[in-house]
Amino acid sequence: MNLPISWLKDYMNIDGITDNEFADKMTMSGSIVEKITNPASEFKNVVVGKILKIEKHPDADKLVVCQVDVGEGDPIQIVTGAKNVFEGAVVPVAKHKSLLPGGVKITKGKLRGVESFGMMCSTDELGISEERATGILILPDDTPIGEDITKVLGLDESVAEFEITSNRPDCMSIIGLAREVAATFDRDFNIPEINVDENDEIASDYATIEIEDPDVCSRYVGRVVKNVKIEPSPEWMQRRLKACGIRAINNVVDVTNYVMLEYGQPMHAYDLDHVEDKKIIVRRAAEGEQLETLDDQPRTLSHEMIAISDTKRAIGVAGVMGGANSEVTDDTTNVLFESANFSAVLVRRGAKALGMRTDASALFEKGLDPENCMNAINRACELLKNMQPSCEVVGGAIDVYPNKKEALVLPFEPEKMNRFLGTDIPESDMIDYLTRLDFKVDADSMTVTVPTFRGDIESMADISEEVVRIYGYDKIPSTLMNSAVVVGGKTFKQKIEDEVKNALTSFGLSEIMTYSFIDPKEYALTNIEMGDVIRITNPLGEENSVMRTMTLSSMLKILRVNYNRFRDAAELFELATIYIPTEKGKLPEEKQVISIGMYGDADFYKLKGIVEALLDKLGIRKYSFRPQSANPSYHPGRCAEVYIGDKKLGVIGEVHPEVAENFKIDADVYCAELDFNTILNSATFDKHYKALPKFPATSRDIAMVLDKAVNVGEIEKIIEKNRSNIVESYKLFDIYEGSQVGNGKKSVAYSITFRAADRTLTDDEVNAVMGKILESLKSELNAQLR
Amino acid sequence: MKEQLGAIKAAAEAQLKAATDLAELEQLRIRFLGKKGELTAVMKEMGKLSKEDRPAMGKLANEVRSFVEDALSEKTEALKKEAAAAKLKDETLDVTVPGKKPVYGKKHPLTTVLDDLKDIFIGMGFSIAEGPEVELDYYNFEALNIPKDHPARDTQDTFYIDDNIVLRTQTSPVQVRVMENQKPPIRVIAPGKVFRSDTVDATHSPVFHQIEGLVVDKGITMADLKGTLEVFVKKLYGEDTKLRFRPHHFPFTEPSAEVDISCFNCGGKGCRICKGEGWIEILGCGMVHPKVLKNCDIDPEIYSGFAFGIGLERVTMFRYDIDDLRLFFENDIGFLKQF
Repeated sequence: MNLPISWLKDYMNIDGITDNEFADKMTMSGSIVEKITNPASEFKNVVVGKILKIEKHPDADKLVVCQVDVGEGDPIQIVTGAKNVFEGAVVPVAKHKSLLPGGVKITKGKLRGVESFGMMCSTDELGISEERATGILILPDDTPIGEDITKVLGLDESVAEFEITSNRPDCMSIIGLAREVAATFDRDFNIPEINVDENDEIASDYATIEIEDPDVCSRYVGRVVKNVKIEPSPEWMQRRLKACGIRAINNVVDVTNYVMLEYGQPMHAYDLDHVEDKKIIVRRAAEGEQLETLDDQPRTLSHEMIAISDTKRAIGVAGVMGGANSEVTDDTTNVLFESANFSAVLVRRGAKALGMRTDASALFEKGLDPENCMNAINRACELLKNMQPSCEVVGGAIDVYPNKKEALVLPFEPEKMNRFLGTDIPESDMIDYLTRLDFKVDADSMTVTVPTFRGDIESMADISEEVVRIYGYDKIPSTLMNSAVVVGGKTFKQKIEDEVKNALTSFGLSEIMTYSFIDPKEYALTNIEMGDVIRITNPLGEENSVMRTMTLSSMLKILRVNYNRFRDAAELFELATIYIPTEKGKLPEEKQVISIGMYGDADFYKLKGIVEALLDKLGIRKYSFRPQSANPSYHPGRCAEVYIGDKKLGVIGEVHPEVAENFKIDADVYCAELDFNTILNSATFDKHYKALPKFPATSRDIAMVLDKAVNVGEIEKIIEKNRSNIVESYKLFDIYEGSQVGNGKKSVAYSITFRAADRTLTDDEVNAVMGKILESLKSELNAQLR
Repeated sequence: MKEQLGAIKAAAEAQLKAATDLAELEQLRIRFLGKKGELTAVMKEMGKLSKEDRPAMGKLANEVRSFVEDALSEKTEALKKEAAAAKLKDETLDVTVPGKKPVYGKKHPLTTVLDDLKDIFIGMGFSIAEGPEVELDYYNFEALNIPKDHPARDTQDTFYIDDNIVLRTQTSPVQVRVMENQKPPIRVIAPGKVFRSDTVDATHSPVFHQIEGLVVDKGITMADLKGTLEVFVKKLYGEDTKLRFRPHHFPFTEPSAEVDISCFNCGGKGCRICKGEGWIEILGCGMVHPKVLKNCDIDPEIYSGFAFGIGLERVTMFRYDIDDLRLFFENDIGFLKQF
């Protein structure tokens, strides 16, 4: 919302307030000033001049050479092609080295060989009209020569740009803002009285109004103005409209827009002679009803919109835009003004469905005050009559107001408010602040009457905000909560999350964060069947349309980013969420997945080691890795499922080369996907001290040749089975495949450490256990011992 | 004999002095003190002396012996030290050669900053609450005093799953879930991902993070809100940081405020980071709206509370001077490793 400071002066005195002070204080009382601009800053060296002499251009029929007095001694010579210049004309002159709006620079030059020391300007060149003007702007004869043009045209004024929050439609008006300014600076504020010079006739003889459904329209006021001549509105009105970002059209339309700006009440004007039977009917639109709106677009209406109609057809979409069939045109002579209060919800739905948010709909949808309708329409009539005394305002208004809005009365509770705010504001100050904002406080009954334009005020909390924003948020003290001791902290789950991140970063992995939605194509790229997914109905493109049920593609996309940027290696993880559909209409199950991905300095065993170390760190012991050759995303010979006990934790492996290629990564990629919840259920921070060994250990190495297909896990199972309470640990220290052990074979070597807690082991004891292990290796795995 | 001993002493003294390594010393030891050494040979002659001469000569011989022994061990010690010093000198390294750094990963910068925030609030007795990212319209909007057709819904371009399910546009729905499940006193923060259908650019992302805060108890005041946030801001940005509360509007708080902090870069004088304002907006907050309390079966006549919402990306961008939001989700390791 733009507020021209000069317009503000119509209602109050703002002497002595600088732009900065204005912006700061208004912002601190709740009306956010985004910036204050001054159109004059776009001008330089543009002054008033008077054409003294006009001569023909020697070499161009369409140009003339003018001698122009710009109030600085000798006249300057300017060549122009404008047709409307004459000797004695007073005009705007952009001199040599001048600046016009839009960054246009004017310097001296030659036109067809004749020197020209500047330019005479039209309204569009001065930025006061958007349409291309047909000639130079001719100023009144008594305009002082040499004067700065911005002063003459009133452009030298500041415009404050406000950000108005959606709860304050009353501030979407000059009067509403003026009220806030007056309250903030504690100054007087007066809305001039409206005097409509009306004739002796009665408006209801000219038109009738019917509200079919009071739920869609709580009030409709109409007034008739006869014998109007449609013409441009005066320059001052156009200038104010422009300052507020509204284009001037004609006197009648400009008046409705002017009043909308001034009072915050959208208005409309109909050509009364084009309203069938001169009757306005307000009703819900019929489904599929057709209407061409003012912008010449055909529109199909629905039951969720309000139609203004006459006895035959719709003539406007209430609160959004009028119809072309009843539009005010150059031929219009009799006008019906509309000032009404429409349902906020239906205006909002209508504007949304039609895809046309107008200034009017933006106001209506925030909920307006029906009590404002009458003032607004009277103001419109007053303005039009003042601008064009020949027109006739027909006596009286047609006011259909089925349910009058009563002002809300709330208890006035100063102590309670101070307790709530933590302040110590005297009651009398509270009354002063509220009174400035047009609330009426009755100190006898301890009640406060809320002005009808403040639909946002409903309770003590709302009143408190009014009080404290005028008192000053900066004066609220800072205190520490005086409540019962509350013990804070993290839950076990949150601590495990932290532990996972700490462990993985300490292993050299960096954390990533990715979007929760993916491209459905990513399933095919990872060789995965998509299955049930949650889809976004209004996504930002297909590539972000599905809530992921897997994390692999998110990780591969990030690995690709790094690969494309020539990063030699990347080792990454994410604690990512996936969204598993449940029932239709129910929320999905959100599961966390530890997603790990790496390429470069990576291999299967490095990844496996990271997963093992992570599980160790989390106090998880009983985990195992089982070969998995049927996971289509992974290399069939380099993939394992991870189990904790019998519960599947997830999968690790080399990403299938085909999948890596789909993601355009020309490197071996290793990924792991582990279910966080499964980890959480097994993880523990419990630690128990075990006495350090008092007796010596002894170790034995074994080497054997096996079929290549036998996994070393089988060897470990045999060792485990034969622990006999004296095998302390075992360690794989060599695997060899090659000509020395023969085709299809491999050599494996283990070191086994024996120790007892209560004695030094004898050779016999160790040999007995070793014997059992060797026997089993031979019989179960067909191992040849070396 | 006396002359002989004198000569041995003189020879031993001279030769030990001249010796340059331990091997040479050993030879000298053998030569003078060994079983077949010169001194031993003289001692063997002792028997041939007269009874009267023997004690004096024996004493002299012992003196020479201990002299040689002392000189020998002194020299040995000196040579050992010399050798050790030479060895150390030989082992000199070029200390300007780069060290072998351990490989370590980095947490995402958003996590690092969030961890700091969590620590600050846990220190003030807060717990960490969580809620679903795919959320019911009721929790994301209606229970927060944003009914269907409320204009505030426009400012939060929402991703819809169906008419009643959305991707949460804010972490505020966690407030409602916490209040439904827990009776006051309540003191929680709820960090998490939120979603809005904003096209990606340097300052917008369809996915970002917020940290919600909620306190409900008897007698909680707006001054408490200010005091709590002041502690938070000073811990995060330094003790000199100033706080500015500006009136604002949020449907689920009343009164509501936006909070600016004095620019940590220029201290309020105005610079590039604060766009010349001297202030930087960092969060929105307010007293929990009585309607929201009622929606959660908490009686606003007995209890009051405050809530706040912080944009994690914004706070992190200020912390590290990051100028493009997209970097957070691009995850280039060159970026991640910087923090």
